Amino acid sequence: MNGDFIIQNAPALLLAVPMLAAFATPLIGRLGSLARNIWVIAAMTLTSAIGLLLAYDVFTAGTVLYTFGALDPASALPLDSGGIPVRIIFTVDAMSAFMVIIAAISGFAVMLYMMASEAKGSGKDGFYALFLLLIVGILGMVCTGDIFNFFVFLEINSLAGAALVAYRVDKGVAVEAGLKYAVISTIGGLFVLFAIALLYGQYGALNMAVIASSMQYTGLDKIALVLFLSALAMKSGAVPMHFWTPDAYSMAPGSITALLVVASQASLYGVFRVVFTLYNVALDYAAVGWIIIILGVLSMFVGVTMALVQKDVKRLMAYHAVSQTGYMLLGVGVGLAVLGQQTAFDTFGFVAMEGGIFHILNHAMYKGLLFLTAGAIFYRTGTRSLNKLGGLGHSMKWTMIFFIIGALAIAGIPPFNGFASKLLIYESVFLFNPVLSIIAMVVSILTLASFVKVFHAIFMGPKQPQYSDVQEAPLPMLVGMAILAVITIAFGIAPGLVVDSIVAPAATALADQGGYIASVLGGL
Amino acid sequence: MYYNLPFIIAAVIAVIGIGAMLFRRNLIKVIMGLSLVEAAVNLFLVALGYRMDAIAPIFTNAPGTSMVLPTVQAMTLTNIVIGIATTALLLSFTMIIYKKYGSANTDTVRKLRG
Repeated sequence: MNGDFIIQNAPALLLAVPMLAAFATPLIGRLGSLARNIWVIAAMTLTSAIGLLLAYDVFTAGTVLYTFGALDPASALPLDSGGIPVRIIFTVDAMSAFMVIIAAISGFAVMLYMMASEAKGSGKDGFYALFLLLIVGILGMVCTGDIFNFFVFLEINSLAGAALVAYRVDKGVAVEAGLKYAVISTIGGLFVLFAIALLYGQYGALNMAVIASSMQYTGLDKIALVLFLSALAMKSGAVPMHFWTPDAYSMAPGSITALLVVASQASLYGVFRVVFTLYNVALDYAAVGWIIIILGVLSMFVGVTMALVQKDVKRLMAYHAVSQTGYMLLGVGVGLAVLGQQTAFDTFGFVAMEGGIFHILNHAMYKGLLFLTAGAIFYRTGTRSLNKLGGLGHSMKWTMIFFIIGALAIAGIPPFNGFASKLLIYESVFLFNPVLSIIAMVVSILTLASFVKVFHAIFMGPKQPQYSDVQEAPLPMLVGMAILAVITIAFGIAPGLVVDSIVAPAATALADQGGYIASVLGGL
Repeated sequence: MYYNLPFIIAAVIAVIGIGAMLFRRNLIKVIMGLSLVEAAVNLFLVALGYRMDAIAPIFTNAPGTSMVLPTVQAMTLTNIVIGIATTALLLSFTMIIYKKYGSANTDTVRKLRG
């Protein structure tokens, strides 16, 4: 296997490696736990490496196509297909590559963390297999260029996620959360499938580029749009369909919660992909843009106010995740609302989209970090209640430092990455509508207030007798957190570099529907 | 009208399923409602590909060229497989909940709130 082969088949390998590894994990597990751990570490490392390689390829050489089953995978329209993209085509453009980077980094950090945090648990074969399947679901959703394929990966994502939420039964409460998540995801998945059927019935195609090129925006297309938006917004945890988020996030094992954040963002990617690539200016962009903006503002505000009163640290962080999703919806929604007005789009719309998209990356890093620190605290103390915790700053110094980094980043304090993306959103949204920008800033302040409270409750105060034998988290968990913490700081120190090299191409790829269509169908 | 009948029936089944999910208190019945919605989507998909007086899309020794659409049938098969996996997962969750809580009623399965 040489380098060219890997680069040429990167989109297929990106999914094949974790999928094969997932199904082989229970078999390898029979050889012993060391063999299984090495197997899972190797599989995830390889997947992350392929993902980063693919992303590098996309950002340097442009959109990568992979046609399954064709003699030449790079050409979307091989001669034997008769000029119609009948096969499943993976269209990895800059936006997809951007999401692949997020999944690759988070997946790798979570995998290291999981090796220590789950070491004492039972049934690890299935746990690791489901973890790898969740990675497959996320990567498949963001890479595919075929809407039915998107549905299949959405279901893989949902089922693996729900099973992982319920994995540690915890007197049945975790199963309750898993059941809620599974029911919501399944009904959302069926909505998506119904919308796909509506589009297929009209345009006779499942390829996104083909549908986008012939989009008429008829009445049926509007129904399909509503179904797509409601189902995917539900899956990404936006208000008013957020009620499953705190349950699922708080009951899942700490490592998995960090990955569920990425899984939700893959659904958010679905929202953006449908709106920008499938419909783009064909739809009533101002109205749909405002709907997304209102969803975003509601998510920000309801999320943070619900978070303020929480007593369970992971539940509190889950409500903050809802709140932060609002920022992404706000930024990208503003971009959509002015999509058809060229001057407005150039002055602030594009910057708002950059801010929203950059925030996806930043959120995955700092929120993942915060959930991992919460998991580490639960791992050592066995409780998540803010009323019971206290004085851990004496014994868990590294965890405390990582928590501070994550908390300052989520509150938008410089020089952490949350500040960089929030500043882009504030500046551009202010030009669009000052009120929205002010709401966003107020929410940020409330976020800071909430995390000051959490920090004080968990780490400050005298050493408590019941936690006298609490030690620092094990090394693999610290390494997993350190990866995310370093990225949080690095992206905050050099935001310009990140925006120029990966965020701006991703925003361009999203806004430029013609480019997406041309990359598949070839300059129509 | 006759041609549209399958779509109308699919819509009716979907509404019954969603109604069952919203108004039934037993978890098993909620899952049955979910299965009904899934069946409705499957019916909708298959009905989309139906053509009058058409044959199965097998080209070898085909008597005519009017064939039903195979893609939607493939999609339906995929969805049936996914649906079985989902239903099995949900029912196993319900089993565990019944064992731990002693009830599968949505009024008692409410330990998570706030």
